[in-house]
Amino acid sequence: MLNLIGLLAQTESESLVPAAPEYRDGSYWFPEAASSFAKDVDPLFMLIFWVSLVFFAAIVGFMIYFVIKYRDRPGHKVEKSASHNTALEIAWSVLPGFLLIWFFVDGAAGFFNMRVTPGDAEQIQVIARQFNWEFHYPNGDATTELHLVRNRPVEFVMESRDVLHSFFVPAFRQKQDVVPGRYTYTWVKPTKEGIFRLYCTEYCGDSHSLMKTNVHVYNSQEERDQATFYPWEDETPIKNGQRLFNMKCSGCHNNNDVKKTGPGLGGIWGKMETLSDGSTVEVNDNYFRESLLNPGAKLVKGYANQMPSFQGKLNDDQIFWLRAYIKSLTPNAKIEDELNLPASEAREKVDTADGDKPAAE
Amino acid sequence: MSATPQAQKLFGHAEENNYLKCSSGIKSWLFTLDHKRIGVMYLIGVTFALFLAGVFALILRSELFTGDENFLSEAQYNQMFTLHGAIMVFAFIIPSIPAALGNFVLPMMLGAKDVAFPRLNLCSFYLWMFGTAFLLTAMLTNGLDTGWTFYTPYSITTTTAVIYATMGAFILGFSSIFTGLNFLVTVNTMRPKTMGWFKLPLFIWSLYATSIIQILATPVLGITLLLLIAERVMHIGIFDPAYGGDPVLFQHFFWFYSHPAVYIMILPAMGVISELISVYSHKKIFGYSFIAFSSVAIALLGFLVWGHHMFTSGQSQLVTLVFSAITFSVAIPSAVKVFNWLATLYKGSIKLVTPMCYALSFIFLFGIGGLTGLFLGTLSTDIHLHDTYFVVAHFHFVMVGGTLTALLGGLYHWWPKMFGRMYNDFLGRVGCFLVFVGFNLTFFPQFVMGSRGMPRRYARYDPEFEIFHQASTIGAFILGIGILLAFAVLVHAVFFGRKIGGNPFGAASLEWQSSSPPSFHNFDHKIHMNAPYDFSAMVYDEEMDTYIQRDFVTPETPEVPAPEPTKA
Repeated sequence: MLNLIGLLAQTESESLVPAAPEYRDGSYWFPEAASSFAKDVDPLFMLIFWVSLVFFAAIVGFMIYFVIKYRDRPGHKVEKSASHNTALEIAWSVLPGFLLIWFFVDGAAGFFNMRVTPGDAEQIQVIARQFNWEFHYPNGDATTELHLVRNRPVEFVMESRDVLHSFFVPAFRQKQDVVPGRYTYTWVKPTKEGIFRLYCTEYCGDSHSLMKTNVHVYNSQEERDQATFYPWEDETPIKNGQRLFNMKCSGCHNNNDVKKTGPGLGGIWGKMETLSDGSTVEVNDNYFRESLLNPGAKLVKGYANQMPSFQGKLNDDQIFWLRAYIKSLTPNAKIEDELNLPASEAREKVDTADGDKPAAE
Repeated sequence: MSATPQAQKLFGHAEENNYLKCSSGIKSWLFTLDHKRIGVMYLIGVTFALFLAGVFALILRSELFTGDENFLSEAQYNQMFTLHGAIMVFAFIIPSIPAALGNFVLPMMLGAKDVAFPRLNLCSFYLWMFGTAFLLTAMLTNGLDTGWTFYTPYSITTTTAVIYATMGAFILGFSSIFTGLNFLVTVNTMRPKTMGWFKLPLFIWSLYATSIIQILATPVLGITLLLLIAERVMHIGIFDPAYGGDPVLFQHFFWFYSHPAVYIMILPAMGVISELISVYSHKKIFGYSFIAFSSVAIALLGFLVWGHHMFTSGQSQLVTLVFSAITFSVAIPSAVKVFNWLATLYKGSIKLVTPMCYALSFIFLFGIGGLTGLFLGTLSTDIHLHDTYFVVAHFHFVMVGGTLTALLGGLYHWWPKMFGRMYNDFLGRVGCFLVFVGFNLTFFPQFVMGSRGMPRRYARYDPEFEIFHQASTIGAFILGIGILLAFAVLVHAVFFGRKIGGNPFGAASLEWQSSSPPSFHNFDHKIHMNAPYDFSAMVYDEEMDTYIQRDFVTPETPEVPAPEPTKA
């Protein structure tokens, strides 16, 4: 079973190199149906398809037949025929209307299923930003890939930190824009385990087409917990930083030296960067911190001032972890010992070493 | 054609006096107030826009041949699809049929000398030039990467040249308003006394309906774009959530114009097709009044459906429901036209010349474009299909398969009138065939990948969609070659085509009673007031190699009782 491969891939999903997930095929017109909405969408789509095909075949059929039969040729003349026929015209205006009413009613019924969340749904907070997704679970965990439990309805409470985005999982047939300045809501009930694609479908800037992630659907809560649980205090600052980087930074920055919307952050520690005003600056602790909290202050040459400030959005621990990870991306940067201790111990060390220490080079 | 006295009486004294030759020099064109010259200049302008945006399309399709980066970065790709869309919509499709073909044909169909306000007409053309220049300035300075829809808040925060581009669209809007205003007044005031509303050719009805939309809807776009500029420059807090604005409000404003604008694009095309089907079936159009009123119905209903672009935007469910219901109602007048065209073919005498090939191709492509609209108007299926390639395919079937096909058909139909020369019909049909095949190959696979979940505006895509993208790219090049060939055949005809008479196709509307090309004054002789679709009144004259009025041949025998114009 392909599901098995899917499960194997899941356990690796948040590791350094995500294993290539196995997506299953769907039918000719659709991706695999993996939510309760497929029954609202697929049969109606096929109904409209066949009705349209009948009409289209009739239109083109009559057209071709008339063109052959009444083509201009020696001896052929225009035959006398009515120039209008009110009864016929009213008939072909009104009768297809009944089909349209059918489509409308059926579509509206399905739509209300897709927009009215059942009361027992669990809530997942979704934060969309250029060009990353972030999912927060009821137990406090957060991930960049979405992890769900099969047959459990889930409501998404979605907010955008910058521009419009849209939450789209083709296998779920569900879509809802994510709008800055307000919450939008949507819900699904996944009916199949496996891995599915999640896309941003509202154009949101440079790397819009990379703003996609995976949805994992598990058979049990235990499997989901396993996939989402992450012991921040027990892991090293570098590993924590990596997790944060994947969630908050990787939309615009690579962890190597390849340019994306922003500069690649691999190998930059200690480097002299040329700024847009021509001056230079060394990438060190303070420059890193300033770039995170006041990104426009010292802009590297060749990049637009479009990074949002993370002032108030990251706490000191998180900044410390991120700095540790970015530093680890430069092969010969000096890594302080505490960065390889569990986060709780590392914090103690830094705290006792007095606050004004600008984390020595 | 030698100007025999008979020919002079029928088609006027042209030859040396025609609008192309009556004056010369660049100034005589740039300062002309002649609707025909302005129409030709518009035609050259919009063709330039079509080729520019068409090249962008081919670059896009080439980049999409594989899912990974080929030669465009993501940012470059985004700029490319934005400029493709913005130039195609604002500088090409909206002005194409009304301002180029309509300008030339509308006054002549009314038997008039010119439009009501010739200076406003020239002004409209210059506004088109300025507006397009602004769009090109945006392209050449900082580029533009908002999509042609300028959705906020991205359009407020992006560093690209949004202000140039929106100024361009704003100015082009005025160009469009001026044309619409001119046509409305012309049709209202400059018809001959004997030409009642129901004796107008259907192309006029469709242009009239279009003009109503242009005048009522375009100002809303203008206001919206000014507000967007104000938001960008002064942060007035209307669209930007950071200042208390609402980005969804922008979508409402934008689509309040841009949905009716879809009908600005397609209604004139339907008008052209009504003419072509009737002329080349040599038979009175079936159900004249239903077609005429369906144009007006589409124009009015078109104002009430903008919300169907926003089913997933976060607007209220009730509003969404209402918009879906009204959207279905627009399907009916569109279907009525198709049925009436088919009934016109019935028992006609169908000439499969190039314009007719385009007209039949239009019915096929518009049929698919219209029917796939049903999937998008239906709420539950739209939630799945919204913002996927299914939508891209749907509107290209309507805009390109519909409007561009009709424009080419119309050009082939009126070209001999405009330049007095016949094109190579065989090559014309080859071009039409290539356009048809290339178009279907380009856009049909996009329906399939769309419903399989391929989102639109993606510079990179997942491997499962590659096969569809590759078919689409190959199709795009065939389509490109077809369009090039179509225009090459037309341009060739201007210089090397066989000279033809005033009415080579036996059409009955008034513009065919002028010489080809028409004289500067359009008609410097008495016009014979035919009913526009009374082809039995036309008879072929071998000596002059053109159709003439039957009455003229046998003056005292009105044996064919002219079919009574339908009064609804």
